[in-house]
Amino acid sequence: MSEKKEVISIFVDNHANVLTRIVSLFGRRGFNIDSLTVSATNNPEVSRITIVFSGNDQTLSQILTQTQKLEVVRDIFTLEKENSLYRELLLMKIETTKDTRSAIKEVVDIYRGKIISLSKDSMIVELTGAPEKLDGFMEMLDCYDIIEVCRTGITGISRGPLVGTE
Amino acid sequence: MKLRGSQIIMEILLEHGVDTVFGYPGGAALFIYDSLYDYSDRIHHILTAHEQGAAHAADGYARASGKTGVVFATSGPGATNLVTGIATAFMDSIPMVAITANVADSLIGRDAFQEISITGVTLPITKHNYFVNRIEDLADALRNAFRIANEGRKGPVLIDVTKDVSNALCEFTPAKPMELHPHPEIEIGDIKEIAEIINMAKKPIIYFGGGVAASDAREELAELIQKADIPSTYTMMAAGVIDYDDPKSLGLIGMHGSMAANRAVDEADLVIALGTRFSDRVALNTNRFAQRAAIIQIDIDASEINKNVEINYSIIGDIKEALTKLLPFVEAKTHDEWVNKVCNWRKEINVELEGAKLRPKDIIVSACDLTDKETIYVTDVGQHQLWAAQYVKHKNTKSFLTSGGLGTMGFGYGASIGAQIACPQKRIIHFTGDGSFHMNLNEACTAVSQNLPIITIIMNNQVLGMVYQWQTTFYKRHFSQTTPERKTDFVKLAEGFGAKGYHAETLEEFEEAFKKALTENGPVWIDCYIDREEKVLPMIPNGGTIEDMITE
Repeated sequence: MSEKKEVISIFVDNHANVLTRIVSLFGRRGFNIDSLTVSATNNPEVSRITIVFSGNDQTLSQILTQTQKLEVVRDIFTLEKENSLYRELLLMKIETTKDTRSAIKEVVDIYRGKIISLSKDSMIVELTGAPEKLDGFMEMLDCYDIIEVCRTGITGISRGPLVGTE
Repeated sequence: MKLRGSQIIMEILLEHGVDTVFGYPGGAALFIYDSLYDYSDRIHHILTAHEQGAAHAADGYARASGKTGVVFATSGPGATNLVTGIATAFMDSIPMVAITANVADSLIGRDAFQEISITGVTLPITKHNYFVNRIEDLADALRNAFRIANEGRKGPVLIDVTKDVSNALCEFTPAKPMELHPHPEIEIGDIKEIAEIINMAKKPIIYFGGGVAASDAREELAELIQKADIPSTYTMMAAGVIDYDDPKSLGLIGMHGSMAANRAVDEADLVIALGTRFSDRVALNTNRFAQRAAIIQIDIDASEINKNVEINYSIIGDIKEALTKLLPFVEAKTHDEWVNKVCNWRKEINVELEGAKLRPKDIIVSACDLTDKETIYVTDVGQHQLWAAQYVKHKNTKSFLTSGGLGTMGFGYGASIGAQIACPQKRIIHFTGDGSFHMNLNEACTAVSQNLPIITIIMNNQVLGMVYQWQTTFYKRHFSQTTPERKTDFVKLAEGFGAKGYHAETLEEFEEAFKKALTENGPVWIDCYIDREEKVLPMIPNGGTIEDMITE
């Protein structure tokens, strides 16, 4: 079976150690997490975890059913690409000279990013969007001297009515 | 009314009908044990030699009675000593509630004396656990623990209570045990589809596991076997669900299962898997397991479907409920040719062993014949465990207590103590080996103090037999660390503990000792000398199939 990236969304009780329980389960069952975000929801008792991992249909169903068994998990579902929105935030620190600055700014503008800090020899760019957009942006700037990159990992939401029971 | 945390623990145990607890006191648990003192007329506490023994005893109690086993331990080493016992219960889906004390909340996280984060340690081996450092959370955590331990697929839950919480006052409102979430709904459409598949099958076989015993679906299973005329095979966790002499039972499946069972699964066109999980000791080669068959699986745990072996039809739900719904749609029919064929493959493998004076099989059969059918057999782990699984005349559920999933050497004596406390009227026979018994024989002191007439049969071959067997077969007889040359005199040791000890080198000597043991009021050990070249047979090596079966 072919491996593909899966994005899953988990609603969990907003208690101490809940993240440990989820991550530990992924770890001991041999599933590698590519990215993970945890955030508050409109319900203070519930947090939302978005996990991206690589797997096939069999591993996906294993991890869904195993995670579902955890006492702290209220709901779990996959965010299918066709009917979900994924977003990610990127911060990038780039070395600049007076020759490169405007060229970089041009790329940032095309991608609708923001320059949030500027100094004589570097700048920091903020960009949000779908992960592919961030990938594309990074590729565009690959030819410059990138000092540091930080990405939040995907958070996602399904289009239309809420998937799941919560 | 206002109660202290330790009193709330006792009240909630009573709410759940708990009258027996196994455990060991300690500094952080002082308030809990002080309340236990006040409740001693209603809650009977069995003090063990070691917390591991207490955990296995709570587990054995649960396995023999069907109730939830409860164990207490203090912080730090008290709690970590429970770990193997909790993991054993987890792997075999046994309902258990472990209550540990921790240091006072003001000391948590400061590496205080006997402080350990036991919730962290037990995270992967409990269904859930609670760290309670607020008295307001205690009652809910305890009630939830009993619910979780018994809901769906059963298992252990741990509650870690800080010392200050065990002494804090809080308003307590008595309540009934929490309702268990209902089992997953079973669609009648799925039932009909599966019934149709069963009705079409020419060469069906039922392969069942501990889930059938846990769901108490013995009668429904027997009816399915009878009505649809299907031969059956079982895992070690399900020994006794179907009588050992059932005409359509092919015996144990898997690595040390019977030739008939393994061959039948290999040739079948339909495998009906009930309450079982295709572990690596059964589906030794997941690609070729039941290679000619469609597979139906019924299990309460959705994560067991397609975990190890690809399943064609599945139902997630309680076995008893599923079978009850299924039976009316299953046609009464016969599969004479198939049943005769597979039943004809049943033959015992008897390897003559020159010079062997006392054979394991004879010991087991003799112990069965000299006791009634209510006897509970408990094992440790190793060769004796497999011999017991193969040769005990299984007649009942909850009567063969063995560490199937984790394979815990040292499980047996604690579990026997728990079983005897749960079933004072029943005979408990503990089969062990000299290797396993050395691990936790210290619990003899518990059996003596409690006056428990457990008969321990030590299959003493002077080697760590199972590993010795593998080294013989696969490692050029390199007996690396399996011939310990111990000089333990089990008869004297038994006497030292205040128990009775006998020694047997022939079947006559064994039977004589066993008959004497039956009249004793306390624990008895019978040290049986067996030949170290005795093997557990047949055997299919890891990753093998019926083609690779070793029979001598």
